[in-house]
Amino acid sequence: MSTAWNWFVIIGTLVSLAATMWLLFANRKTSGGRTTGHEWDGIEELDNPLPFWWVGMFVASTIFAILYLTVFGGLGNIPGILAWSSAGEHGQDTATQQARFAPLYTRLAGMSAEELKQDREGRQVGRRLFINHCSTCHATTAKGSFGFPDLTDDEWIWGGDFESILETVRNGRNAQMPAWGPALGDDGVLEASHYVLKLSGQPHDAALALPGKTRFDTICVACHGPEGKGNPALGAADLTDNRWLYGSSIGALGFTIRNGRGGIMPAHEPIIGVEKAHIVAAYVYGLRE
Amino acid sequence: MNGAPVPTVGPEVPEDPVNLIGFGPTDLYQRREKIFTRYVGGFFQRLRFYTGWPLLVGYFVTPWLPWGDRQAVLFDLPARQFHLLGLTIWPQDFWLLGWILMIAAFGLFTVTTMVGRLWCGYTCPQTVWTSIFMWMEQVAEGPRHVRMRLEQSPWSLEKAWKRLFKHGMWLFWALFTGLTFVGYFTPIRDLATNLAIANVPLMASFWVLFFSGATYVNAGWMREQVCLYMCPYARFQSAMIDQDTLIVSYDAARGEPRGSRKRGAASSTLGDCTDCQLCVQVCPTGIDIRNGLQYECIGCAHCVDACAQVMDKMAYAPGLIRYTTARALNGGAVRIVRGRSIAYAAVCMVLVVAFAVALVKRTPLEIDILRPRDTLFQTLADGSFRNDYQLIIANKTQHEARYRLQLVEPDHLSLDSPASITVAAGEIANVPFSIAGDATAGNTTVLIRACTEDGTACNTEETRFLAPMGRPS
Repeated sequence: MSTAWNWFVIIGTLVSLAATMWLLFANRKTSGGRTTGHEWDGIEELDNPLPFWWVGMFVASTIFAILYLTVFGGLGNIPGILAWSSAGEHGQDTATQQARFAPLYTRLAGMSAEELKQDREGRQVGRRLFINHCSTCHATTAKGSFGFPDLTDDEWIWGGDFESILETVRNGRNAQMPAWGPALGDDGVLEASHYVLKLSGQPHDAALALPGKTRFDTICVACHGPEGKGNPALGAADLTDNRWLYGSSIGALGFTIRNGRGGIMPAHEPIIGVEKAHIVAAYVYGLRE
Repeated sequence: MNGAPVPTVGPEVPEDPVNLIGFGPTDLYQRREKIFTRYVGGFFQRLRFYTGWPLLVGYFVTPWLPWGDRQAVLFDLPARQFHLLGLTIWPQDFWLLGWILMIAAFGLFTVTTMVGRLWCGYTCPQTVWTSIFMWMEQVAEGPRHVRMRLEQSPWSLEKAWKRLFKHGMWLFWALFTGLTFVGYFTPIRDLATNLAIANVPLMASFWVLFFSGATYVNAGWMREQVCLYMCPYARFQSAMIDQDTLIVSYDAARGEPRGSRKRGAASSTLGDCTDCQLCVQVCPTGIDIRNGLQYECIGCAHCVDACAQVMDKMAYAPGLIRYTTARALNGGAVRIVRGRSIAYAAVCMVLVVAFAVALVKRTPLEIDILRPRDTLFQTLADGSFRNDYQLIIANKTQHEARYRLQLVEPDHLSLDSPASITVAAGEIANVPFSIAGDATAGNTTVLIRACTEDGTACNTEETRFLAPMGRPS
């Protein structure tokens, strides 16, 4: 709060308190007449004093207000005795909860992936972590969505052993397929697309797939390998298993080859920490039947 | 201070210790006249004693009863689970409370139309605890006239000692009451252990002291004021009373004209009432029953017993003050059981049966289906669609259970869920599952049913299967 607003709040609060007390005591005596002189249709307003209990409660409320301002603060930037703030309370609650669950996470993080797979509590915690942090892209069931791989099958773009999965979760991955449209031209893109269809055993035009193989062997082979089996070290997908991240139609394949694709898995260690990364990686590892 | 309100006369403020901050003399507040009740024995007092003890023992013993490895009756607020013996009530079963309240209300109506304020006079905790406190008062300070003298006397060692003894007993009993009450909401064994080592958690200490304080103030200081000014049930029970309801009544035709006389001396001019004032002295709400039925009367029958003793001494027939009906007093017949009471009883019975059925038929599992926070649908390689869901399943029983999911409708979609879902007792599990298929409509209603593996309990929930709209069928 700026200095001006600070004083505005302080003065406003104190003046209000003082003014209400003044108003209360200024009105504690009656005018002396039997009525206030107000009369509506024969109904007169008696000039009785304020009820004792009401005045008492008003005074008590004012005392409470002063105590509250002293203890909890509220006069502009002046902190109360307790120096309480909602942000501070949130921080305390967070720390309390973290301290409460720390032993659980430490225990689970100390278990191996195989142990966690068998541990009921480990699976439950892993599932909740997954739903909170991963399901936005990989879906609640971990079956993936367009551009985000299915984690329940046996195809692993970056490797499916536990260490690789843990590395993916902790430090993220960055898969970049360059745009080959300018290099291949329209014909080249079409030919290469038909060759990729052939690789995955789908219906294709053999006349186009033949020159497509030449295209593949000069450009695509660098990452996807001579047989199109992909390369987990680069995040290059296996093109022979008929599982597709970006669609398998001739149009979708053409789009991918022409414009390239960028697949980014953000590093999660800075977000959830080492222990939770371990638990959720084990959950993902254990998803396979 | 009990007179009619005096209008303010002028700005001069007379000396008045009540008006600490200088307000006028008009005071609409009725000061309490302290009531000194005289002890009385008798049939109805014994009746209260014998009906009160089981209730009292029930209150104090119930939280100590075990059920398996936990407390038999425990209202676990933080976990939002109420344990009653083998039954666990969840927040979803809150509607059961509605039945209980309706049964209690109609039970009260039934009893009140027939026998008047039986609840107030015999079973209400306010009455029972006040009786106990009055008994303690009698033990510490002596009978009525001694207490009245003590009240008037200046402070002395004896007065201080007697007061200390009385309040000590009151506070002890109040603390015991408060502790027991809190013991219904937090495990009482832990509470007692913590109390023994003086290490009660802050919140528990607060509530123990709060309820102890409330008991001490209510039964020690407020007493009849609770019934007169605070209690709504006192008022609406009065509204249930009619010509045929049993009420504590003074038989004015027989008693009047009242007057004192020597024992055994027959009087041709006086009625049976000897004007001994005993009925007034024993009354816990400080009324004179001879003025007729009053809202202050809680139907405790102290005056009935007191008068019966006097009638006995005078060798008159008992029942000058007795339980009777307004109709009977005017020469009519006593009709306790009548259309109105039967109607209330019938409604009460229907409610009890309905409640019992609802309780037995209660589904022991609760399910909820959440749609995901990510995408609406996924397009699969073959052009069909997949929707993901989260099943929230609560096992409300007290043992582990295994459940199975099935897709009730529509037929053209298929469900992919774990073959068996194990949920621990009282646990709420979170299970992702998916539905796939080729939907022609953008929005298909889906019914999912969760059943225990033996099929004894099921719960069905509706959700949606979403797919792009406007696709050719």
